[in-house]
Amino acid sequence: MIDIVVHVVVLLVLPPLLLGVIGKTKAWFAGRRGPPFLQLYFDLFKLVRKGLVQSTTTTWVFRAGPVVTLVVVVLAGLLIPFGASPAPISFTGDMILFAYLFALGRFFTTTAALDTGSSFEGMGSAREVTFAVLSEPALFFAFLVLAKLSGSLSLTTMLHGTSGTFLTAAAPTIVLLSLGLFIVLVAECCRLPVDDPNTHLELTMIHEAMVLDHGGPWLGLIEYAASVKLLVLGAILMNVALPFSTGVGWADWMIFVAGLLGLSVVLGVLESVMARLRMNRVPYLLVAALLLCGSSFLLLLR
Amino acid sequence: MVSLWLILGGVALQGLSGVPAFFFPRRSAAGQRTTFGLLTLGSALGLAGVVLNALGAGGASVLTLGWTLPWGQFSLGLDALGNVFLVLIFVVPALGAGYGLGYWRQSDHPDNGKRLGLAFGILSAAMALVVISRDGVLFLLAWEAMALAAFFAITTEDEDPEVRQAGWVYLVATHVGTLCLLVMFGLWARTTGSFSLEAHPMPREAASAVFVLALVGFGFKAGLMPLHFWLPGAHARAPSHVSAVLSGVMLKVGVYGLLRMTSLLPVGDWWGGAVLAVGVLTGVLGVAFSLAQQDWKRLLAYSSIDNVGIIAMGLGLALLGRYQGRGDWVVLGLGAALLHVWNHGLFKPLLFFNAGAVIHATHTRSLDQMGGLGKTMPWTLGLFVVGALALCGLPPLNGFVGEWYLYLGLFHTLGGPSATVAVAAAGAGLALIGALAVAGFVKVTGAVFLGASRNPQPNPHLMRDPGVAMLVPMVVLAGLCLALGLGSPWVVPALEAAVQAWAPTVAPSLATLAPTSWITGAALVILGAGIFGVGMQFLPGAKKARSVVTWDCGYARPTGLMQYTASSLTDGVVRLFGFMLRPRGLPGTPELFAAKWSFQRLVPDVVLERWLMPFARLVGKLVPRIRIFQQGQTHVYLLYILIITLLLFAVAGFWGLS
Repeated sequence: MIDIVVHVVVLLVLPPLLLGVIGKTKAWFAGRRGPPFLQLYFDLFKLVRKGLVQSTTTTWVFRAGPVVTLVVVVLAGLLIPFGASPAPISFTGDMILFAYLFALGRFFTTTAALDTGSSFEGMGSAREVTFAVLSEPALFFAFLVLAKLSGSLSLTTMLHGTSGTFLTAAAPTIVLLSLGLFIVLVAECCRLPVDDPNTHLELTMIHEAMVLDHGGPWLGLIEYAASVKLLVLGAILMNVALPFSTGVGWADWMIFVAGLLGLSVVLGVLESVMARLRMNRVPYLLVAALLLCGSSFLLLLR
Repeated sequence: MVSLWLILGGVALQGLSGVPAFFFPRRSAAGQRTTFGLLTLGSALGLAGVVLNALGAGGASVLTLGWTLPWGQFSLGLDALGNVFLVLIFVVPALGAGYGLGYWRQSDHPDNGKRLGLAFGILSAAMALVVISRDGVLFLLAWEAMALAAFFAITTEDEDPEVRQAGWVYLVATHVGTLCLLVMFGLWARTTGSFSLEAHPMPREAASAVFVLALVGFGFKAGLMPLHFWLPGAHARAPSHVSAVLSGVMLKVGVYGLLRMTSLLPVGDWWGGAVLAVGVLTGVLGVAFSLAQQDWKRLLAYSSIDNVGIIAMGLGLALLGRYQGRGDWVVLGLGAALLHVWNHGLFKPLLFFNAGAVIHATHTRSLDQMGGLGKTMPWTLGLFVVGALALCGLPPLNGFVGEWYLYLGLFHTLGGPSATVAVAAAGAGLALIGALAVAGFVKVTGAVFLGASRNPQPNPHLMRDPGVAMLVPMVVLAGLCLALGLGSPWVVPALEAAVQAWAPTVAPSLATLAPTSWITGAALVILGAGIFGVGMQFLPGAKKARSVVTWDCGYARPTGLMQYTASSLTDGVVRLFGFMLRPRGLPGTPELFAAKWSFQRLVPDVVLERWLMPFARLVGKLVPRIRIFQQGQTHVYLLYILIITLLLFAVAGFWGLS
């Protein structure tokens, strides 16, 4: 019970901090002091109090976009085990629901963007649906590998089933899988080198281009949902790449949170040392993720 | 016996439903209403029969009547497998006829309305007869009636040369398929000694031959790649409610044939893998072609091909399971296939009805010329979103549950022998199909309903939601999609019974292998949260949003034509899959300061336009050379007959045949 409470608290409260850590890391690399760790919390608080502005072309789809996006990522977060504790909701086949929740979110994010009738939003939506075509099969290959390794069809046991496999024959599989999942995370969360969340040139963006015409509380919902998504996908990666368990509840939670913060630092470092890929090169990166996850599946067929 | 007689009565009413209209005046709406009433009554009778049979209260489920043909017999039967398909046949055409009251008014179409009504009724009746027939000859007769009725329904607007072209392609394709079935039933009768459709032990080679012929023959009707080429043209050119029935129900009759024959045959080792591979190919190619289309109805037609691919994947898995003795694969694979038969049979007619409503208002099928219709057609937009979410397999709608079964089945193969673990990779293929479907339907939703109109002179008075006659069938179908998404546990017994009818040795364990209670719960949460979230913003106390124009970088005269079009939205994906789609009309580079520049991006069907049409043209060029034999004089023809007969005798004598 206490684990479920902690799970929900971590899921709802921690995400904006991860983006704060990324920002701080990037600032440190650039020799700046940077915004405080809690900047996104302040931003969200500010956005929620602002008024609403919508385009004259929009319908209810535009208003549904932010709400549905947030609902699906939170629901997806309840299906993923955080660290060593089990997920609050767990049943046979929950990984499929997990993946399709993200697809549902994508449907509404992209249609809400198209509802504004702006070309920038159109570009963002086009890129979002195109890149998902490559990242979604990669994610399913990852699920297939995890299901095969653990002999289970539920995310909690699938992700915990990799514990202790690091030193066994499955290690190469796990390494390939972690790399593939990392690329999927970068693409799904629209971080560098796939998308530059800081740019102000709409032509080159994906996620930011889609939300250009959302403002106030709607923008707040979107920003918050994006950070929750980072945490949820990060939790999968943590489970695969760091399958350690001390057996002590609070220590496992500390390891999990430390792992997520470490992941944010890694993302921050990457964003500091890399440039964004040209848009037409992004599919190559995603195909690489598909190949990595597919190869890890092939390794199991021996 | 009661249920069979009810169904037979329903079939008769359906088949004759178009006749009374001919006694009414040319533009009379009463005639069309009579047709609709008879069709609905027939469907209701049939549905009652199916329900009675499913509950076990309908008496005997086999019936043999007198028959004067020298072959076969008039033998009918009901079982749980057929019932799955009968439900669709007794629901969708009736809704289609209701939709037709508004969409194809007799007063607007006095020349072809009655003919369409007749063909529509015969099509529905023939489909039901195919499903209940238990004899090869009767099956073929019903099959041919269905194929011909569909031809006349497709070519309703036969004054249009493109409609005639699509009709001819369909007619050729369906008859090549029928030819395969003719050979198949011949082989069947030769091997088993009768045309009766009952399980028979037979040698492996004969079973494999029957299976291949069935796969090709029924594959033409179901639209398996590369036998799908007739489908996009026919579905795009037919009136929308006919497209809905063709796509939602008639393709499924092809699937039914394949299911029926495979249930009677001893399964071979390679069948499952082959059907699964064909399914993945059909699914991926179908959806890739679908999202590349600019014609709304062609897009929907290709997406039907993709859904048949998903159904075939389920069947492939079930065949594999039956050969390997793995009950869980059979239950999950066939359960997924059958549920998807229902799902697609509900959401695809809904989407075709939607397309029809918009086409009725805008008089174009081109996605690139629409936009912003959601504001004046709110019902159509809402119902379209329901259909699109269901088609993309997204929760909380019915499409998700079917795909979920299939994923689970594919994940179950991970526990099999190492050779079949590779089968699980089809799961990644299904994920690819899902992601592509989302791309395609985001495109349609955005291009048609959202943003601003791309028409320079939009006429908001025409862009209205359709009338009650068209709206009610759409609402019913959307409601059924939602009900099947939320109430999936309640249909599991029907699916389990159908799986058992297909493979009697398998224990009905769908409910334990794949408990859907959590899915229902999650679906309810999503639905509730979505309604709550959107509804909150309409409450009196909610913050009012200011309305301003979309940010356009300060450009002085923004127009709807500056929006991302449907083609540009999916251009990235089309380029990714360019090696299969072979798009035409890639834009070149315009000269500097070009005053005017235009290009057109088309993705024609590879099989039809690149393979079959060149072949047909070649044949057309060569055939006139043998025209010298065509003398037009009777005695020459008699001479030909004499020569052929002599030759046949010579050949028979040479090979020692008597």
